[in-house]
Amino acid sequence: MSLTRSRPPKDDAQRRGIAPEKKPKLTKAERKQMRRGGWLDAFSRQNLADTLLTGYLPIIVALIVIVLPLAWMVSSSFKPPSEIVTLNPTLLPQDPTAGNYSSVVDRVPLLTMFGNSIYVTVVGSSIKVLLAVTTAYALVFIKVPGRNFIFLGILVALMVPPEVSMLPNYLTITGLGGRDTLWGIILPGLGTAFGTFLLRQHFMALPKEMFEAAELDGAGHFRKLFQIAAPVSIPAIATVGLVTVVNEWNSFLWPLVITGSAEKMTLPVGLNLLQSVETQAGSYGILMAGAVIVIAPMLVIFAALQKYIVAGLTQGSVK
Amino acid sequence: MSPAVQTELERKRVRAHRRRQSKNWSLFLLFAGPNILLILAFIYYPLFSNMYYSTLDWRLGSSTATQIGLENYVAFFTSDSGLEVWRVTGIFTAGAVLGSMILGLLIALVLNKKIPGKTAARTAVFSPYVLSGVGVAMVWNFIFDPTRGGLSHILGFFGISSPEWYLNEDWSLFMVIIVYVWKNLGYCAVVFLAGLQSIPKDLIEAATIDRAGPIRRFVSVTLPLLTPTVFFLLVTNILFSMTNAFDILRTMTPTGHGTNTIIFEIYLQSFGAYQRAGYSAAIAVVLFFTLFFITAVQLRFVERKVHYS
Repeated sequence: MSLTRSRPPKDDAQRRGIAPEKKPKLTKAERKQMRRGGWLDAFSRQNLADTLLTGYLPIIVALIVIVLPLAWMVSSSFKPPSEIVTLNPTLLPQDPTAGNYSSVVDRVPLLTMFGNSIYVTVVGSSIKVLLAVTTAYALVFIKVPGRNFIFLGILVALMVPPEVSMLPNYLTITGLGGRDTLWGIILPGLGTAFGTFLLRQHFMALPKEMFEAAELDGAGHFRKLFQIAAPVSIPAIATVGLVTVVNEWNSFLWPLVITGSAEKMTLPVGLNLLQSVETQAGSYGILMAGAVIVIAPMLVIFAALQKYIVAGLTQGSVK
Repeated sequence: MSPAVQTELERKRVRAHRRRQSKNWSLFLLFAGPNILLILAFIYYPLFSNMYYSTLDWRLGSSTATQIGLENYVAFFTSDSGLEVWRVTGIFTAGAVLGSMILGLLIALVLNKKIPGKTAARTAVFSPYVLSGVGVAMVWNFIFDPTRGGLSHILGFFGISSPEWYLNEDWSLFMVIIVYVWKNLGYCAVVFLAGLQSIPKDLIEAATIDRAGPIRRFVSVTLPLLTPTVFFLLVTNILFSMTNAFDILRTMTPTGHGTNTIIFEIYLQSFGAYQRAGYSAAIAVVLFFTLFFITAVQLRFVERKVHYS
């Protein structure tokens, strides 16, 4: 909170009145101390050197390390081969070309792979979110004996990484005829422990009165779920949905194992194929164009909705 | 009321209870059943079938298999190639976890200052965490290229020649650790930042009034109060780095020479050149119990001993 110098003291006193436990009586010196916390003071004369040296300098170094590889990727994806193999590379392409992107399309069925990735991500995430919502609702609101035991079983499943199940699932899906199909990519990942866990915690915190009123109106479980619990939980559901989208889009190991033909591959697997055929030095431009195609969509989604994604991915860290 | 009527009422009540109970059960199964079935079929069944496969000498796709008891496990814990997997996994996990936690903490300390633009910086630092590991690894493949990569140009500027990242196994392992840390440190930074912001300001101020310098303040006040966050990150990072790194490892070093961590070995053994499905299943079982053990230790000990305000 930044209290500026211009604000009259009365306002300050009112604020103290609202939250007396947090802000006990402040002495003049303490109030001065608080004002110094305002961000403008980061640039006051005595703090300027400190801000630049211990604040901005490390941040700029960190940002260069984080952003430069990505900038290099975008820039290189527009460079012709001669600018890739040169011993004096420039940060920006001197003679920008979209040739690398058309080369990617020539080498692998890029549009089909892109479509596969979108299909797998959208269908997989939608079903997973729906299952997470209904399962979490059942665990919290439908009273059956042993439901805590079932929840425990789901918690243990949360600890099993998909890699452990890879070989048996490969045999199961192959047995069902799902090898090299899109549903074969989607099906084994549909059971959701993460989303169920997160939404269960959220539903448990909802006020009971909301549901009691609906029960008096004769609402059944379907109405309680889809007209009360789900609508008031949109942010939590969005969080689960976005985390699921990110994971599905980036998923690599399972699609790699279960697909064989380029027409059924998702983007990460397709790019892996592209990398294995493009081994010449000059083809880094083509590979960078491929990397842009798989990275850019998530970067855009993250930039737009980072609040939900960060909250979901760092779940459990803040008690 | 006669006993007959009473038992009649009793029976009615029990019947009503049962009806309600079975109605609840059918609703419960309608809501949660599909998810539970999927989890049973694709998480629990594989767990147990892996235990069976792990006792077989069996090539993937072959119709015959021989029971060999625990030989696969013995091989994994005693053979040179098995011990090499443990060595690589240990170095990779230690490097990845310590690297991303130390750098993440440093960034979090900087981002915790009140300076403009820190929200944007936080977003940028976190962003690699949500990007495709395959895409990221392809970008770094170009940067690490010993003759044309960006890093070789930077090192050349200082008169240093680029190490043979891809030919020397030790450099390969170091390389994939760097990339993993790059992708992961934003996650650590954001979690540390949340931990730092939950530390009451008056404690820091009190230390300042007692003339504690910044380093003393960090060691005596901030760090002890940060222990829950440190332990949380330690455990999640160990679990993540043991399972999530496959895309980077496979894209940067497809053959796994020097970088075959336990997760990569599971893949290489069953779907790589060897097709030793039984051995691969045994490693998967070992991985599961390792993760289970780490989580159990965390729940049993760490949760109690750390400071929660």
